[in-house]
Amino acid sequence: MATAVAEASVGAGLRASLTRNRRWALIASYASLIVFVIFFLFPPYYMLITSLKTNKEIAELSTNPWIIEKGITFQHYFSLLMDTGFPIYFRNTIIVTICVVAITMVVSILAAYALSRLKFWGAGVLATGVFLTYLVPDSLLFIPLFEIVGALGLLDTYWVLVLVYPTLTVPFCTWIMIGYFSSIPKELDEAALIDGANHMQMLIKVFVPVALPGIIAAMIFAFTVSWASFLYPLAYIFTEDQMVLTVGTVTTLIKGDVFHWGGLMAGALLAAAPPVIIYAFLMDYYIAGLTSGATKG
Amino acid sequence: MATTIAIDASGDGTLTQRSAFWLFMRRKSTIGVLMVLPLLAIIAGLVAYPAGYSMFLSTLNKAETKFVGFANYLFLFKRETFWMVVQQSIIFALVAVVGKAFIGFVAAHAVNTIPTKGQRKWRGMMLIPWVIPPALSTLGWWWLFEPTYSAINWVLAEIGVDAIPWLSDTFWARFSVILVNIWIGAPFFLIMYLAALKSIPEELYEAAAIDGANAWQRLYHITLPMMRNIIAITVLFSIIVTFANFDIVRVLTQGGPRDSTHLFATYAFRVGIESNDIPLGASVSLFMFPVLAVLAFLILRNVRKRAMEL
Repeated sequence: MATAVAEASVGAGLRASLTRNRRWALIASYASLIVFVIFFLFPPYYMLITSLKTNKEIAELSTNPWIIEKGITFQHYFSLLMDTGFPIYFRNTIIVTICVVAITMVVSILAAYALSRLKFWGAGVLATGVFLTYLVPDSLLFIPLFEIVGALGLLDTYWVLVLVYPTLTVPFCTWIMIGYFSSIPKELDEAALIDGANHMQMLIKVFVPVALPGIIAAMIFAFTVSWASFLYPLAYIFTEDQMVLTVGTVTTLIKGDVFHWGGLMAGALLAAAPPVIIYAFLMDYYIAGLTSGATKG
Repeated sequence: MATTIAIDASGDGTLTQRSAFWLFMRRKSTIGVLMVLPLLAIIAGLVAYPAGYSMFLSTLNKAETKFVGFANYLFLFKRETFWMVVQQSIIFALVAVVGKAFIGFVAAHAVNTIPTKGQRKWRGMMLIPWVIPPALSTLGWWWLFEPTYSAINWVLAEIGVDAIPWLSDTFWARFSVILVNIWIGAPFFLIMYLAALKSIPEELYEAAAIDGANAWQRLYHITLPMMRNIIAITVLFSIIVTFANFDIVRVLTQGGPRDSTHLFATYAFRVGIESNDIPLGASVSLFMFPVLAVLAFLILRNVRKRAMEL
């Protein structure tokens, strides 16, 4: 009797201390999350604020820079779209990105199917090679590639980017797709083979639909890389009408000694909008694709 | 179509040369090789060949007319700037990766602690720096650091701290490029760690709670060992990306003040593209190769070990 009471009170005490711990953990978590969110979001917030201020207010030194005191203006956005090469950069970026995503998906889906299903001599070595290629950064290759694309006569056109971006996108996309294709049960292709499907039909009618989440993740990756790349276009493109958003914004919107901060921030935000919007809707697919490789091995 | 021809021919019992060709084309291994050909072309033509060509380029003189052996490398060894680049690249990569790993770890823990309902929203907000193209978000930081108008210095002035020369003083310029790198890269660690945290079975923590383990003991004896592999892979991968970084330094400081923030990538760009000395630029960027090779080897070993455990 006495022991039962003692045990009950010990249990209650443990539970109480657990709830107390839990409450403290929650408070600490929310507090640190607020600090982190401020740290992560104040630069984009300040960019937005600047892009909506009048030039006069930006030049003002006495006012609080973190708020708009003298009225919102869209003048920077208008002049960006009317008076600068920004729309051209946007168009060029869209063309390059669509081509790169298309090339990347065709190449990496074909290769991933072959590497995960059709065992052939050297397939294992090649899979490792794909992973290693993914680890090669653009800053190691941009100088020899400068000579190579120069010899091909592709310098100073945005088509050079369609040629070189796949080196950054294809290896990782192939790697993601190998993971997704390997998780498809073998029985599924046996059934399809018995029904008389050849490999191409099987890939398009069975593998692609089943691995669609992986394909979306790979497409987002290819999109992000070709939208955000900076080194290759900076090294290979010099004429304004061939520039893409990153380089065009960073190099041409800065004019002389007088910085047009409002216009510059408006340009940076507009150029960053497409990837941000895509992530807002498809973030879960992308994170699943990104982390599956790591957590599954 | 290939299928029908081959089957018809073999149905006759007489294999013509044509159908033998189609039979060969139907073999699994042939189809496999054909399907990886585009990938092979990209890896061989645009990665392996340039890498080898880079080594050849680095042995030429500036005009690329004469073989000079190791003269470019020896020239770099004698330059003080080059040794500064080596030093700064190492400091930059190590400090930034430690910062990113720490912030990512704390943030992932915080997100994992709060109720599941709100996790997506917090995670989404913290991912924004990682989603914006780095060259563009660095422009925003550049404006925040601007000497006359710096909005950060305005806040410092409000709380009575002197203005900081963010980009014009060697120490602060190095600090600034690392800070921006942490800001951009920490969310990646957050995602990886969060996925790892979610894959740890809840029973382990329940068992530990019953045994009376406190928060530090749970962290040290359950969370860290369970996450060891992911932490290793993420950190190694991040060292590669950070070590080879170009965008941030290029936009924020262009390597200044007095070349003190140059990394291998930005210095190679300055020498190779801007000063037109392609061979010397190739030599600079090739110095990254041994470091990257070692890291790649370690990652590969970890990935394999991980795969073996499963």
